[in-house]
Amino acid sequence: MSAPAADEPPLWRRILAPAIEAVEEIGVVGELAFKTMAWAVRPPFRVQVMVTQLEFVGVQSLFLVGLVGFFTGIVFAVQTVYGFRRFGAENMVGGVVGLSLSREMAPVLTAIMVAARAGSGMAAELGNMRASEQIDALETMAVNPIQYLVVPRVAAGVVMVPILSLFFFIVGLGGAWLVGIGILQLDPGIFADRIRTMLQPDDLIQGAVKSVVFGYAVSLIACRHGYYASGGAVGVGQATTRAVVWSVVGVFILDTILTSMMTAVS
Amino acid sequence: MAEEEAPHVVIEKLVKVYGDRTVLHGVDLTIGRSETLVIIGGSGAGKSTLVRHLIALERPTSGKIMVDGVDIAALSDVELNQARRRFGMVFQKYALFDSMTIFDNVAFPLREQTRLDEKEIRDRVLAKLRDLGVEHAAQLTPAQISGGMAKRVGIARALVMEPELLIYDEPTSGLDPVTSRTVDDLIEEMREKFGVTSAVITHDMVSAFDIADQIAMLIKGRVVAQGPPAAVLESSNEDVQGFIRASGVEATRLQRRRARKAPEELARVARARQREAAAAVAAKR
Repeated sequence: MSAPAADEPPLWRRILAPAIEAVEEIGVVGELAFKTMAWAVRPPFRVQVMVTQLEFVGVQSLFLVGLVGFFTGIVFAVQTVYGFRRFGAENMVGGVVGLSLSREMAPVLTAIMVAARAGSGMAAELGNMRASEQIDALETMAVNPIQYLVVPRVAAGVVMVPILSLFFFIVGLGGAWLVGIGILQLDPGIFADRIRTMLQPDDLIQGAVKSVVFGYAVSLIACRHGYYASGGAVGVGQATTRAVVWSVVGVFILDTILTSMMTAVS
Repeated sequence: MAEEEAPHVVIEKLVKVYGDRTVLHGVDLTIGRSETLVIIGGSGAGKSTLVRHLIALERPTSGKIMVDGVDIAALSDVELNQARRRFGMVFQKYALFDSMTIFDNVAFPLREQTRLDEKEIRDRVLAKLRDLGVEHAAQLTPAQISGGMAKRVGIARALVMEPELLIYDEPTSGLDPVTSRTVDDLIEEMREKFGVTSAVITHDMVSAFDIADQIAMLIKGRVVAQGPPAAVLESSNEDVQGFIRASGVEATRLQRRRARKAPEELARVARARQREAAAAVAAKR
């Protein structure tokens, strides 16, 4: 039953469609965020389900995050030494790498890694559960699917992304140390001293705050796309793609906002 | 006992619209307590949409769905969660949880909704799996079993809670004839033992006439015939006769295979169970 051309929406509606969709999207995500909060504080608290998600988001991402952190630290150290040598400031490399990793690189890249690995997995799993009526089955068994499926995933994102981010920071610093001292012949004492003097507790706290926000955003966006997926296998595929794309875009938008706010406060 | 005569489920002027497509056009249906209503009709007639409203998986565009005198479409999420403890549903696509074993799938509602200990849960689950001939698959996952077995596990999961209102969405589709009759027997057993009220969607005409107290035929979102099986069989409605003819089953085979108790008799059992459940909830509080 194909719709006749006369049924097409008016021109103004077609022009405004992206804006309308954006507003609708904010509404959908906002509603899911509210429901997630409301169901998170209501018993029963399913410890086993929560542990499974912590393991999925955290433990299973550890190797990937460590790997990316290690290479990021190496590349960042090499590039900083290359640039700073031009004006004889390579002694600052340790501090600059430490600052960049703690305030930006660790939270942002960790969130992107979690979006790519765990976020896509969440969207695909929830989307598949929606398509095969498993979410409906939960409802018929008087189990609220948001409480059972979304709350543990969002909570796991909030808890594990800061921990993974800290791990990224430490491994990244290790990579920078290895290449800086081992290959680029920097002085280890000065390298360590610059980290100690330039890196303030505030920098680590700001990184941690960003990680919490990113963890929440990435897991919520992934759950939103999976939970409301429609259209069978194709729909699940689209939901997974959208989950990763919008999580990554969301991380950069939130990073801009948070960085502006935090540097203004500083 | 005027209270016992009140119908269990009353659907009034139910309309469901998706976008610019109207799927249900003001459906009126009544299911008496401990009755089995079988809904027949062509694909895309709105049967699944209709039964999904009974358990509030869909919210109506307009109209009411009264279960025990309460409009379930008007309940909040929390109230609905309470109400759903009395419902069960067998899904067309099984809807088994991929991440769990067959045993855990069937045990899931017991673990979530009751305070039974693990031994009691184990006994009940294995008994139900045995009834459906899938006990040997208890430790397998849904991906490791056939479609027919998955269907039976889905039925076991819905029956294990012994709910007051059971909804079956094509319970015998994809099953061999022998297993199909076993499923009919189980639907009947639930009714005879516990006074369960059932709504069954089926394309299996033998099954429909075997288990139904009432048959409703849905065509393009409208109920075109409703009544006891004998009345539907003799209906002069073209659609009904066409559907029965097209099923290829001789009219003489479309009859009940067994003697059964009247719904009024079973309604007393159902009421007693309802009172017991209410007392158990009150005791917990």
